[in-house]
Amino acid sequence: MSEPLAISLFSGTDDRLNAAAVLVAGAAALGRPVHLFLQYWALDAFRADRIDADHGLAPEAGESGAAAVKRLRAEGQAGWAETLRQAKDIGAVDIQACSLSMDLLQITQSDLDPLVDGVEGVTAFWMAAETGQVVFI
Amino acid sequence: MTIQLHRLDARGLACPMPIVKTAQAIAGLASGEMLEVLATDPGSMKDFVAWSRTTGHELVEQSEEGGVFRFVLRRK
Repeated sequence: MSEPLAISLFSGTDDRLNAAAVLVAGAAALGRPVHLFLQYWALDAFRADRIDADHGLAPEAGESGAAAVKRLRAEGQAGWAETLRQAKDIGAVDIQACSLSMDLLQITQSDLDPLVDGVEGVTAFWMAAETGQVVFI
Repeated sequence: MTIQLHRLDARGLACPMPIVKTAQAIAGLASGEMLEVLATDPGSMKDFVAWSRTTGHELVEQSEEGGVFRFVLRRK
């Protein structure tokens, strides 16, 4: 099962980033190459100076959802950035910043966490996706 | 000659960390060596079966007792 998995990660809240990180780590453990394309608010969350900050939750989380997420973290569960670091350790995980989103946020790669391997345009993303599955989060 | 049984305690870790830690641990073993994993993640029973089938590392034993799952894998 080595079919590549391509993920367009758009959302910048901690719950959605974590859902993406879990999918990436699972695919990496199964030996599937993963290509993670960071767009818009997801890219903003990968800034070196705020990757460990609180990025909030999706609106549907509500107060009880926020409390549940807080409890999991207090129990010592890994955050999404740590999960992605571990995924890179066990598999082929390539994390690329969307160049349009770089323009939007007016940042360069030196502003981003070292988890980000490079910057690319959408054509490179589709080339990397080949004929494999594409997931949008 | 006895084969050393390596151990990994993944109890208390949420998905996907039991599998991630297992993948890391088994990469450090020689072919044929065994790894025992303990986990409490409720998805781990299906996850370990799927991971074993896909990666080719044999799932030699699997059991559950008191909410703790135990797996024994053999490095391919």
